[in-house]
Amino acid sequence: MEALDGNAIGGLLQEVFGTEMTNATGMCGTCGAAGPVAECVVYLRAPGTVVRCRNCGYVLMVFVKVRDMNCVDLRGLATLGRG
Amino acid sequence: MSPISRGFHGRRRTPAGAEGRVPPGQYVTSDFPVLSAGPTPHTPLEKWTFSITQEGGPSKSWSWTEMRGLSAETVTADIHCVTRWSKLDTEWQAVSLDTLLAQVEHDAEYVMAFSDGGYTTNLPLADVTGGQAWLAFGYDGKPLEPEHGGPARLLVPHLYFWKSAKWVRGLELRDDDEPGFWETYGYHMYGDPWKEQRYAGD
Amino acid sequence: MEGTAVRGRLTWQVATVSQLIDETPSVRTIVLQVPDWAGHRAGQHLDVRLTAEDGYSAERSYSIASAPGEPVAITVERLEDGEVSPYLTGELQVGDELELRGPIGGYFVWDADHDRGPLMLLAGGSGIAPLRSILRQREHSGSMVPTRLVYSSRSLPDVIYRGELDRCDGGVEVIYTLTRQQPPGWSGHAGRVDAALLAEATWPASQDPIAFVCGPTSFVETVAEGLVGLGYPARRVKTERFGATGGPGGPDGGT
Repeated sequence: MEALDGNAIGGLLQEVFGTEMTNATGMCGTCGAAGPVAECVVYLRAPGTVVRCRNCGYVLMVFVKVRDMNCVDLRGLATLGRG
Repeated sequence: MSPISRGFHGRRRTPAGAEGRVPPGQYVTSDFPVLSAGPTPHTPLEKWTFSITQEGGPSKSWSWTEMRGLSAETVTADIHCVTRWSKLDTEWQAVSLDTLLAQVEHDAEYVMAFSDGGYTTNLPLADVTGGQAWLAFGYDGKPLEPEHGGPARLLVPHLYFWKSAKWVRGLELRDDDEPGFWETYGYHMYGDPWKEQRYAGD
Repeated sequence: MEGTAVRGRLTWQVATVSQLIDETPSVRTIVLQVPDWAGHRAGQHLDVRLTAEDGYSAERSYSIASAPGEPVAITVERLEDGEVSPYLTGELQVGDELELRGPIGGYFVWDADHDRGPLMLLAGGSGIAPLRSILRQREHSGSMVPTRLVYSSRSLPDVIYRGELDRCDGGVEVIYTLTRQQPPGWSGHAGRVDAALLAEATWPASQDPIAFVCGPTSFVETVAEGLVGLGYPARRVKTERFGATGGPGGPDGGT
């Protein structure tokens, strides 16, 4: 099963954050690698959406839709923001 | 409610005679969807072990050869994924977890299954004993493929299939029920498909 | 520009199919009439949601294949064991409604005032869709940026938008490669995009090109790695991976 990238969750991210986020920069809390969210590794075919660091593979973000509510875990990120 | 898409049915068919076998909110599929939260691990068999561990108590580990030397059986089961697909009459070649757990002395009430790649899932001990759970290494008469959890995965068909951890490497015996990977993110601690226990609070 | 095409909270809206165009035996373009469309940028995509009578729903993402200012269009490849694509390329009729939200994306986008360096586009299969939006926007805006497109397809009948690509103006060079089957007398490239083809067909890194790579994951990874190997800085290589199945996918899977 091939993984996708952060582009595939552009809609979900905009739903959660209220703004376009694929161009935002995420920094991995495990290895420190930083880059656009669009370039993260994304696994969509799961009970939730899992976003992993392209450099070290650790989980950055997890999104689960629980009864129409978005549950979001960003603990794998050190930072997430514009620029 | 979203507008209906004229003529759209999706892939679902409930085969005749399947009534009563499909839990609420599920649909029957004839293919075998591959769901994953991470890359497929590839542990060579000579490095593979399955361990039952506990804090402050005896543990036991089996190599691949040792595990395959245990008595195994063919299990036919209906499986139900929390993403709403169900697959009927799946056939597995597996070692009963009763066989493995019997070799470790313990009085634990819960287990945390752990897998290559970091996946975990929690289960009551009562649900992985009494002929309800297996370590499966074969599917449909062939070795279990990596994308479906090979070389070996848990098989606990009476619960939602996220509890049947792929690429499983062992069970940690525990006194308390702690949430595993999906349970931490909002999925149900137990996961009975017949009570539609998908999310925490269901 | 960015303000109009990124409206904050995305909302689902109902569009109507206004035209269906069969591009190849397995690929169809769906032109949509979208009442509250705010406009889009070349390279963006939209999410489509289908709902069956019993409430079952499936979502997928599709790149917008038309340029800003043109009617919204998506190009869908039919996957034989797919759940959504056979419906969109088969059952769907002009006049049907389609629920969608968009436009989405701020990374894999190109504007005419984008850049100084030449434009390098690389597409695998249906990955051509967002790049076609870029090419059309380049033409509409009067941009003269030197552009090359490397487009990998299984065979000549599988080349999407072929007529349009063959008519590209002098500033755009299109390099096809056919991976499985070539017509008799084919003098173009054959086989998958590899280091040799990239070395031959891409702008030299010294010209500070900007690259957009789109297609199946394995295609994108091979090409992106190849471009970096040729000296393209990683930040000058924009990537968009489709499932091996032909679209960025959706929560229920990629077909």
